[in-house]
Amino acid sequence: MSDERKIQRGVQLPFKKAFEFALNTIKIRFWRSMITAGGVFLGIAFLASVLTGRAVAGSNISADEAARSTWLVILSLVVCAVGIANAMLMSVTERFREIGTMKCLGALEQFVVKIFMIEAALMGAIASSLGYLVGTLLMIVTKFFSFNPKTAFHGETWIGSYTLASFGMNLVFCTGIGIFLTMLATLFPAIRASRIPPAAALRSDV
Amino acid sequence: MSNETNNGKTEYVVRAKDLTKEFVMGTEVTRALKGISLDIRRGEYVSIIGPSGSGKSTFFNMIGGLDRPNSGTVFINDVDMAQLDATELAFLRCHTIGYIFQTFNLIPVMTALENVMLPTVFAGKPSEEGQARAMELLDIVGLGHRLHHKPGQLSGGQQQRVAIARALANNPSIVLADEPTGNLDQKTGTEIIALLRQLNQDNNVTIITATHDPKMIRVSDRAVIIRDGLIDKIQNRADIESEFTDDGH
Repeated sequence: MSDERKIQRGVQLPFKKAFEFALNTIKIRFWRSMITAGGVFLGIAFLASVLTGRAVAGSNISADEAARSTWLVILSLVVCAVGIANAMLMSVTERFREIGTMKCLGALEQFVVKIFMIEAALMGAIASSLGYLVGTLLMIVTKFFSFNPKTAFHGETWIGSYTLASFGMNLVFCTGIGIFLTMLATLFPAIRASRIPPAAALRSDV
Repeated sequence: MSNETNNGKTEYVVRAKDLTKEFVMGTEVTRALKGISLDIRRGEYVSIIGPSGSGKSTFFNMIGGLDRPNSGTVFINDVDMAQLDATELAFLRCHTIGYIFQTFNLIPVMTALENVMLPTVFAGKPSEEGQARAMELLDIVGLGHRLHHKPGQLSGGQQQRVAIARALANNPSIVLADEPTGNLDQKTGTEIIALLRQLNQDNNVTIITATHDPKMIRVSDRAVIIRDGLIDKIQNRADIESEFTDDGH
């Protein structure tokens, strides 16, 4: 004990610990997480429905219509990213003292960033895969009920050119976009959180 | 003064020398500290007292590595705090200093056991070891039966006990307590003070508190009274006992 004189550095936390920590936080703050994830869910559901609609239509879609839906999707994703950033900033403010306390207990800045980023990745993955399934399913159901054999082109079925491969490809694409977007939107709030001084723990307000 | 003070062999766990600190607010410069020097021996129980605005909190934060002085030095375990970078400071906070707060500051999403384990996690200890240590400490503070309760399910006094256990998780040489009884009722406050004093004597851990509570001052080895950015006076045990026999100042 008395010979602990040499200067040592804080330890990097194993990923597993940070992961457990982030998962716990999501679970406990379930409703707040749901609101954050809700934005991703909706954005990705919209993206998925557009992609599915296109896959069904195959080449029977006008360039004009395709361009318009692309713009709509991009806009909705931007709005969704702003929403995530906002929710995450709120969450940082809410946890001001908590993060200060963790820093008093020896947490490094990287650890705080890591927790927020893992939280974002997890929420992004869950929300966007759910959003993908719902969006795709809704579009397929709509296609099924709106299919009229009398007006259809010869030989066309209700499912059009949609295949299992398009399902898989869209899944990867949509969840990828969802995770990327959530993490991107969380980056700034996470860095802000990591800069919270340990003395914030002593504040009695907030 | 006890006779071991001047023989040079006693080990000082904190040495603060000529600390000054200024805060600039707009065009106004507030001199919070005007040159404070204080040495604290290993195993000592020191209370820092002063009205709000006296510079007490600023001084307290500097000893705890939460704030840097404009001039002067703080040595903790003979390490100059000014020389440390962010990760080294984090290490110091993790291993050498334990913090106890007025508002307890437990992580609300974690159980008592997980809260006490947290510093061991930051210290990179394997979880079995951390868990054993946390259970042992919670037993010492009398909460061995409430390991899996969340802070919201515990009373104020119990939360502060968890916080004390957490502060001790990595065997720090110093425990810093900022108004630890400020949010507790009389009886609970007295229990917490007794616990701190007992830990101080059993484990030879240095305890430094910032406080207004006469009960806390009475159990201290020394009371350092800060006024207007300077040390007004330092009272030793004998003086404290005669002065604070009643509850008044």
